[in-house]
Amino acid sequence: MNLTSLPIGATAKVLTVNGNNPITRRLMEMGVVPGVSVRVIKSAPFGDPLEIRVRGYHLAMRRSEADTIEVQSLEAAQ
Amino acid sequence: MNPKIADQVLRQPTKKIVPTNKAAFVIALAGNPNAGKTTLFNALTGMRQKVANYSGVTVERKEGFWKLNDQTARLIDLPGLYSLDATSMDEQIARDVLTGKLAGLSKPDAIIAVVDATNLERNLYLVTQLLEYKIPLVIALTMVDVAENQSLAINTKKLAELLQIPVVEVKATQKIGIEELAEQVYEAARHQNLTTDQQFSEADGADFIRLSLQDDNAINKKIFARYNFISEVYQESVVPKQTGERNLSEKIDRVLTHKFFGLVILVGVLLLVFQAIFSWATLPMDLLEAGFGVLGDFTRTTMPEGLLTDLLVDGVIAGVGGILVFLPQILLLFLFISILEDTGYMARAAFLLDKLMSKVGLHGKAFLPLMSSFACAIPGIMATRTIESPKDRLATIMIAPFMSCSARLPVYALMIATFFAGQTVFGFVSVGAVLMLAMYSLGIITAVIVAWILKKTILKSPPPPFVMELPPYRLPNVRSVVQNMLNNGWQFTKRAGTVILAISIILWALTAFPRSGGEPSAVRGEQSEQAAIAATDDTAATEAEKKAAEEKEGAALRNSYAGQLGHFIEPAIRPLGFDWKIGVALIASFAAREVLVSTLSIIYNTGKSADAQSEGLMQAIRDAKRDDGTKVWTPLTAVTIMVFFVLAMQCMSTVAVVRRETNSWAWTIFMVVYMTVLAYAAAFLTFQGGRLLGFG
Repeated sequence: MNLTSLPIGATAKVLTVNGNNPITRRLMEMGVVPGVSVRVIKSAPFGDPLEIRVRGYHLAMRRSEADTIEVQSLEAAQ
Repeated sequence: MNPKIADQVLRQPTKKIVPTNKAAFVIALAGNPNAGKTTLFNALTGMRQKVANYSGVTVERKEGFWKLNDQTARLIDLPGLYSLDATSMDEQIARDVLTGKLAGLSKPDAIIAVVDATNLERNLYLVTQLLEYKIPLVIALTMVDVAENQSLAINTKKLAELLQIPVVEVKATQKIGIEELAEQVYEAARHQNLTTDQQFSEADGADFIRLSLQDDNAINKKIFARYNFISEVYQESVVPKQTGERNLSEKIDRVLTHKFFGLVILVGVLLLVFQAIFSWATLPMDLLEAGFGVLGDFTRTTMPEGLLTDLLVDGVIAGVGGILVFLPQILLLFLFISILEDTGYMARAAFLLDKLMSKVGLHGKAFLPLMSSFACAIPGIMATRTIESPKDRLATIMIAPFMSCSARLPVYALMIATFFAGQTVFGFVSVGAVLMLAMYSLGIITAVIVAWILKKTILKSPPPPFVMELPPYRLPNVRSVVQNMLNNGWQFTKRAGTVILAISIILWALTAFPRSGGEPSAVRGEQSEQAAIAATDDTAATEAEKKAAEEKEGAALRNSYAGQLGHFIEPAIRPLGFDWKIGVALIASFAAREVLVSTLSIIYNTGKSADAQSEGLMQAIRDAKRDDGTKVWTPLTAVTIMVFFVLAMQCMSTVAVVRRETNSWAWTIFMVVYMTVLAYAAAFLTFQGGRLLGFG
């Protein structure tokens, strides 16, 4: 599953970041690399972008970008 | 050197000022955005800093002098960076500085990496890259106290040991750790000892060797390897205590980025900002205007009559003064931008609005520059600097002048008051309000369409990435905010002194030459005298004299180059329903839109000081006749003028700023041309269409 399909509040582990382009690299440079755990915080008023928490800070990204991130859900939304 | 000796050295009264090129060391200051880099830079350099742009680009170049023991170091403040790998202009500049490729700047002797303790892992990513430049590196660890409040205990010693570079805890606002930092940087820069040289590949050696450049994903793997290393360092040097409690920023965000209240608050914040810009700036703006008026009168009365005086008063003082009057608005706008930026709210505004903005292919960050442009396109265009992608930034600059700025208001006001005063539709809605709304909407809709077209064609680029940090909320640092505001104000003032000065002189010359036998200067001399008299004693005699003087001035304008130009372009503007007099006003208004009003009053001889609501000017406009006796102006002409003013690029200051910010004459000329063509076409359609429908 990818990051966009996670419910708000869910925590997951990143498996891969697909793609080989500047956006992929930027995501990885910001710390979204395989093995790291992320939590979905919320989505913006019009449903996009998403806000996640990774490595102790908050990162916003569009759904199209979150789609490239494959994750494994760690726990369900509370 | 032990700290005590360092202390003594630092306190030695060595007052010798070292000239710029004699600085003993070059030190680069690097760090993530929001890591506290600016605050540290200010604390280290004090007021001894200067801001310019890297030649050819709009990346801000900040540097200052820092006293390092008894030596002076040049401290180069690099742009805020997440990485050195990617393609943004900031990152390219930073790389050039670190490799010594920049003219007039040698390779740094040492780097200070500012690392935010509350966001250690991601901040260390840049450090792992900096280590590869083989320049002695010292970490300045900021916000340690905040990290402790967030239940993170950082073992600084362990961190330094693992990274094999010095780590100094600093608290710049209270000058804590500054001396130790100076000592460590001094040592590092002096000895050039690269203890870190092999350390990084040792930690990741196996991974690194396997990363061959032939591999497509070599860079991705390298990023992965760096983060692996960081994770190891983090696990060994940081003890997370009991977490689980959400941090303060997340709580604040529950309201500020709420699906509904977030938007309501955003609108409120923007209203507050613009209300403040308009109302608070009024007093200093009026004072500046009066000041330049007094300066002009003083120059007029103290200097001998003649060309030079006219040039000074009507060209230099009126032109430059007319622009500097906007300085209070610019300062206030940048004050608010700095505060919104420093508190972390700006990122939230972009987050809230990205979806809307991306519909036309723009970035969420384009919102504020566009919003600012309703006040004035100049600060709006300057504010596009926050947009990282050059193409997105360019698209935003290209459409910013479509937002109806405050200089268009006098034009709209004059047209509406002259032809539509007191009229209503449906019995209660005033035509003026409808027209005003229509003009603002026309600008916005055109901007959206143009942005969409630009992003589909010449500025085509993949949808701008929106991978953006939402930094924790922080109180803004007063000093940084004020400094940022003053820097921007100063850059604006400098521009007024150069480009705008030159343009003002040219425009003045066009309206003042050729001179009909020395008449105009005599007339102007009289006029100002009479203005002085009229101010105290407004008798009928002086009124009549004044009128005669104004008539003469009107004749002078008719014969001037500007007047000749008006006749020259008349065939081109006839299809819009304009005669040569409107043509002169149009030409003059390409310097600044509001000039239309004062030029019309000169042409119709109703006095230079006429404001937009002047009854005399309105009557003169209504009465103006062509040679064949038909009326020049109809309500349709007024609407056509307004449509033209919504779309045309009539502001020399904006042109100058666009030239500077895009660093390209091609884009600047493109903008002037496409906007003016669009304005002409729209005015043509309005006028001819209106006539077909039976108006005018």
